Amino acid sequence: MRIVHPVEPDQPPSPRSGRDPDHAHGNGLVASGLRHAYGPLTVLDLDTFTIAPGDRHAVIGPNGAGKSTLLGVLAGTIRAQTGQLTYNGHTVTRHGAEWRARAGIGRTFQHPTLWPDLTCLDCVRIGGWHHRRNPDRTPMETLHLVGLADHAHQHAGSLSHGHRRMLDLAVAIAGQPRILLLDEPAAGLTDTETGRLIDVIHRMPSWIAVVLVEHHMDVVAAVADWITVLHHGRRHTAGPADTVRADPRVAALYLGTNGGGHAAHP
Amino acid sequence: MSAFTQAFAADRTPPLLKRGATAAFAAGAVTAVAMSPASYLHTTVARMLPLALLAVSVAVVTGHAGLPTLGQVAPYAVGAYLTARLALTGIDLAAVHLLTAAIGGAVVAGLIGTVLVRYRGTVFLMLSLAVAEVTAITAGQWRAVSGGTDGLAGIPAPRLLPGLPPLHGDRTVLLYAATIAVAATFVAVWLLRGDRRMLLTAARTNEDRARASGHLVYANLWMVHTAAGGLAGIAGALLIHTHRWITPADVGFGVAALALLAVVIGGARSLIGAAVGAVIVLIVRDIVAVEVPGHAPLLLGTLFVIGVYLLPGGLTALPTRLRRQLSAGPHSAPPAPANASVRRTS
Repeated sequence: MRIVHPVEPDQPPSPRSGRDPDHAHGNGLVASGLRHAYGPLTVLDLDTFTIAPGDRHAVIGPNGAGKSTLLGVLAGTIRAQTGQLTYNGHTVTRHGAEWRARAGIGRTFQHPTLWPDLTCLDCVRIGGWHHRRNPDRTPMETLHLVGLADHAHQHAGSLSHGHRRMLDLAVAIAGQPRILLLDEPAAGLTDTETGRLIDVIHRMPSWIAVVLVEHHMDVVAAVADWITVLHHGRRHTAGPADTVRADPRVAALYLGTNGGGHAAHP
Repeated sequence: MSAFTQAFAADRTPPLLKRGATAAFAAGAVTAVAMSPASYLHTTVARMLPLALLAVSVAVVTGHAGLPTLGQVAPYAVGAYLTARLALTGIDLAAVHLLTAAIGGAVVAGLIGTVLVRYRGTVFLMLSLAVAEVTAITAGQWRAVSGGTDGLAGIPAPRLLPGLPPLHGDRTVLLYAATIAVAATFVAVWLLRGDRRMLLTAARTNEDRARASGHLVYANLWMVHTAAGGLAGIAGALLIHTHRWITPADVGFGVAALALLAVVIGGARSLIGAAVGAVIVLIVRDIVAVEVPGHAPLLLGTLFVIGVYLLPGGLTALPTRLRRQLSAGPHSAPPAPANASVRRTS
């Protein structure tokens, strides 16, 4: 199995422009013509979706908009029925989740079950298994980053929900991803834990792309510089974060007429 | 808590010491049986050992790979018939038998695994049941190799080295079979320790997360299935070395079910527990059931129900469960909430 060489860490990210659909073609992830349906119900129907190094990209939308399906398709856990994906210029449409993870596409899960019988330290070791001889940081340092150093020898199954979510993030980070897909990382977190999550994302190197599916608009506002709004599996709106958040159509669809609030009204 | 219960609850015994103690106990038990003047006991125990080793291979697949299987009788049968055929053609070196049986078992398990390992849970179990049935049918109908339903009898005893006399005598066969069974079990235990055990736990308990971390779950499970097939092949060779005859009934569904029952009773995650479970099952079937003729299946069924309901995790998990209960204590406080601040669930 040939692994596509990831983007060199030293390569600076190019600034994102909404006028540049080919932005990610050379060294990012490009999805085109993605379509996925469960029976008669189409849950994803996207012409293009691109992720380039350094992106901080939020995908929002009401429940059932296809956000998690999109993340699954990008990560390889769901195989799109039609469409094509290229990563660093290579077609990866038929490559599975394990291949994509090794190539640098990491992810967290909406329901972070992890490995309940293993300690937090072992979970992070497994997450970074393929980089164990040349890690960016040790498993303990990764746990320290997400605030779980004191729980290193505790079984993952005995952690609180918030800690489990942070451990899921630590496992994904340990895999040294070039593109990190986060599926509702703030769901169920306390204010303190949410602050920690935002801090962790801010401290990620600028060449890592972060794609965030999230209902928690404070987190989206703090992290994302680009927002895609999905509705019934299709792109409703996409653009710079400030523009999209100010768009009255998005407010009407998703945020509520007051335009604020922490969580979406489904 | 008393000093004893505190010490028991803590259990900080190093794993190496535990394994050493287990090996010493196994060696002591075999020596005690071998020292007994009752040759019937030697024969009985020696004939338990092939099933014990088969149960170990089932525990590898069921407990460590998370794939409940009845299909390990296929490599077991291959190992047994290969050994029988080699012995009948005059090749009587035990090492050749064991090596051939291990390779044959691994090859068959590898071929079967390419299909089976793609499935999980009940589907895997049903497919493995089909493998067990096909094995028994093949053994019954491929007369040129298996001798049909009459089986193969009069198989010569193996030799340890060229020039040495064949392994005759109940005590000699017992010591030989025990050495092979214990050695193979401890090699399997040694191979499944540390990081390998951790990676298999990851693949077994959360496959999606393991894949998302870049682990080749299918390949890992296939390798475990194949290696366990090698172990089952060695068990098949031991079957011939201890019984010196074979019929399709020795490699049929009944044997597969007994091996899985042994794993349930002994504990799927413990290979030594599975071997102990096999010995318990055979004691119930062949010794206890003698007192109530015709009721062996009823006794085994009762044993299964007891194992499932009273011993979740098997006999080997019992100390850990007791330890947890002791360390929790009768008046321990409930765990504190993780954080008192506002929690959102959007």
